[in-house]
Amino acid sequence: MLKEYLAISMFFIVALLIPVAVIFISRLVAPKKTTPEKEEVYECGVDTVGDTWIRFKTSYFLYALVFVVFDVETVFLYPWAVQFQQLGTFAFVEMFIFIAILVVGFWYAWKEGALEWK
Amino acid sequence: MNDMVFATAFYILAGITILSAVGVVFLKNIVHSAFLLALAFFGVAGIYVLLNAEFLAAVQLLVYGGAIAVLIAFGVMLIQRRDMSSSNPDAAWSPLGLGMAVMAMVVFIAAIVLTQFPVTNVAPEFSVEGLARLLLTDYVVAFEAAAVLLLAAMVGAIILAKGAKEA
Repeated sequence: MLKEYLAISMFFIVALLIPVAVIFISRLVAPKKTTPEKEEVYECGVDTVGDTWIRFKTSYFLYALVFVVFDVETVFLYPWAVQFQQLGTFAFVEMFIFIAILVVGFWYAWKEGALEWK
Repeated sequence: MNDMVFATAFYILAGITILSAVGVVFLKNIVHSAFLLALAFFGVAGIYVLLNAEFLAAVQLLVYGGAIAVLIAFGVMLIQRRDMSSSNPDAAWSPLGLGMAVMAMVVFIAAIVLTQFPVTNVAPEFSVEGLARLLLTDYVVAFEAAAVLLLAAMVGAIILAKGAKEA
């Protein structure tokens, strides 16, 4: 079982090494002539006004809340999805009810305008 | 050979977890702390994999690495100060925090030392498959109750965040 994870860990190591290598190599070969203009914060070619760290709208937080609920739902979906074919129709109906209950929550969020951008 | 791979993997994962946890506490920039917290969650998930607890590892990645990390990142986005390092000031409460941490450690160590861990030679037939069978047959009411709980959590969170409408 752990052998399969060895492959995954190899994958992780390569995934970690590639960005490090990219940053390192580009630092190695890139010309390093700086001018005051180059040092400025890049913002779509327009001069930056105010701080670059801004506060965000609270609307983001509502998206995060809805995301968290459906993320926890995934935890329940995962064992069902693994055993889907062995468990049969009854489990399918159960999962359908489970999702239906959560869709009510999604409908509520929609109705309350939690997903709207104002 | 196998044992050595196992031990190496454990020490690497434990090192990642502990170092990033230390970084969460000591780094000035709260954004870095948030990212390192996510890394610590990943390290713990790796340790779960080493313990053959695949489902727990998946849950750890989904709930902690996904949901909790996102919530913390959003929390940081919403409450940060203009100067990043002042979002994470030196705590005047650190002696009290140290005391609490020591007390928690004492309780944990006492619990670990005093617990009798029964060891069997039979591998437990507990895996994702077994969990799915139990969850969708014997514990189906609890399973659907979890859906209702999640629904209540979502509705409550939206009401808290947006404010309830006048009836």
